[in-house]
Amino acid sequence: MSINVASFLYLVSGVLFIMALRGLSHPTTSRQGNIYGMIGMAIAIVTTLALARPSLGGFGLIVLGLAIGGGIGAVTARRIAMTSMPQLVAAFHSLVGLAAVMVAAAAMYAPESFGIGTVGDIHGQALVEMSLGVAIGAITFTGSVIAYLKLDGRMSGKPILLPARHAVNIALAAALVLLIILLVTTQSYAVFWLIVIASLALGVLLIVPIGGADMPVVVSMLNSYSGWAAAALGFTLGNLALIITGALVGSSGAILSYIMCKGMNRSFISVILGGFGGETAAAADDGIERNVKLGSADDAAYLMANASKVIIVPGYGMAVAQAQHALRELADKLKANGVEVKYAIHPVAGRMPGHMNVLLAEANVPYDEVFELEDINSEFAQADVAYVIGANDVTNPSARDDKSSPIYGMPILDVDKARTCLFVKRSLGSGYAGIDNTLFYKDGTMMLLGDAKKMTEDIVKAMDH
Amino acid sequence: MENTAVQDALDRVDAAITNLHLALAHNDNVAQAVHAASGGVIDPFVFRLAIFVLAIFVGYYVVWSVTPALHTPLMAVTNAISSVIVVGALLAVGISASGLATGFGFIALILASVNIFGGFLVTQRMLAMYKKKER
Repeated sequence: MSINVASFLYLVSGVLFIMALRGLSHPTTSRQGNIYGMIGMAIAIVTTLALARPSLGGFGLIVLGLAIGGGIGAVTARRIAMTSMPQLVAAFHSLVGLAAVMVAAAAMYAPESFGIGTVGDIHGQALVEMSLGVAIGAITFTGSVIAYLKLDGRMSGKPILLPARHAVNIALAAALVLLIILLVTTQSYAVFWLIVIASLALGVLLIVPIGGADMPVVVSMLNSYSGWAAAALGFTLGNLALIITGALVGSSGAILSYIMCKGMNRSFISVILGGFGGETAAAADDGIERNVKLGSADDAAYLMANASKVIIVPGYGMAVAQAQHALRELADKLKANGVEVKYAIHPVAGRMPGHMNVLLAEANVPYDEVFELEDINSEFAQADVAYVIGANDVTNPSARDDKSSPIYGMPILDVDKARTCLFVKRSLGSGYAGIDNTLFYKDGTMMLLGDAKKMTEDIVKAMDH
Repeated sequence: MENTAVQDALDRVDAAITNLHLALAHNDNVAQAVHAASGGVIDPFVFRLAIFVLAIFVGYYVVWSVTPALHTPLMAVTNAISSVIVVGALLAVGISASGLATGFGFIALILASVNIFGGFLVTQRMLAMYKKKER
């Protein structure tokens, strides 16, 4: 196959990838979009095989690699629980990062297969592009591994603050720049691997200080990094499909990070610097006697059954308790009683963008009952009951009213404007941000203490009486 | 007398033609220079950079049009498509002479195919769950 035909086909697969993302603008077109993506990938792979014309042994090795990897991927995709989606996405990011490092290493040891020179005489420009790819790829790899460990609960969600970490990070970044210059001048393998090691260390150090509540930003950011790593290698290989995809994924991740930061009213820089949002911190004790109204499942069932409009506000706690199916049952029961039910999703609810929507979809909640913050916030004033399940900081009125609050300015769901706010929570502690929620002490709030899933099931049972 | 006048005229015509030739040749040189400066030997890097920058803009507008409800599938599918890095792995495994490079390529090939199959299939599984209200 001529190189021009191949370039054209790579362009076609790049366009198909654009159409795959375009399809996600609506659930009805999204499945078609995903198929475009698969076709694009198939074209890229077949084109490369036609271009490379591997020997029989090489071809066998390729089929073997595709079968091993494809098998692992397919089984994982089938078995994974929807609640584990953030971990899975983080793990997949780490694979892209490591694959980028490995491809760059292959290019370093066999540059003639990639048309970028010969061993010891690789084009300087290709070396710069390659080392950028390998550095970003390695950072993505270890960063995503740390994110995976934190999201999977194998590592504490608390920020780990090392002494002088900013100085260490800056020193590492400066060392990376020097190493890249050194690589271009010496073409040494040792320098190449030093770049890999420095970037791996930087990836760990960048993500370790970031707390659990900031994970949506981290996951989006690593998504973006994996794209830039792919794009840098696309330049080295002169491959259009890789360049286009890298740019798409890079900007996609960057936009998601921006949306997440905005949802928390935090700057991207402050998230990266880390230290925010560990596990539950001690509630602020200002010595003021405050009353909390506690309720039971029966009280909640009575209030909801007699309501005309109920808005459900799910959060990370719903994912942890796997309460989405029980919640759907509750909504079905209410709808059967003629109650209008809607769901309100905060942009940063859960541990990754769109986390709650996927869980509700899994529980067969129709997507046209699920609304984003700006579309539903004005409706709380007309709602009889707001049922908050597993969300906390995103409902805290002090973000709106109290200028001294650390989360002041963060957009919140106005659940306190509903006639009654039913708040399901395991205890009266504060949320991930470690901030006391003034909502608990408002007159219209009734606290339902217990596990989110068990409480929801109890309410359903109580309604049958 | 007449002869010299004709000779003179012919000489002038000759000179004019020579000048014309020179001018044409000069034009040709200019054309070549312009050709070289514009289309002839454009650095492939500039071409790739142009594609890259345009794709960033396309990505920007396309991603903003993605509905927030589908942000998780968006991350899964971007994950899957960024595994197009598999083309590098295929080249390394397919045509590398060096054993080390083939080894690195093979590892990259396995990692990228986990992502390709895993990413697209998990996206499909998620998207299949999004249903409209039954009326």
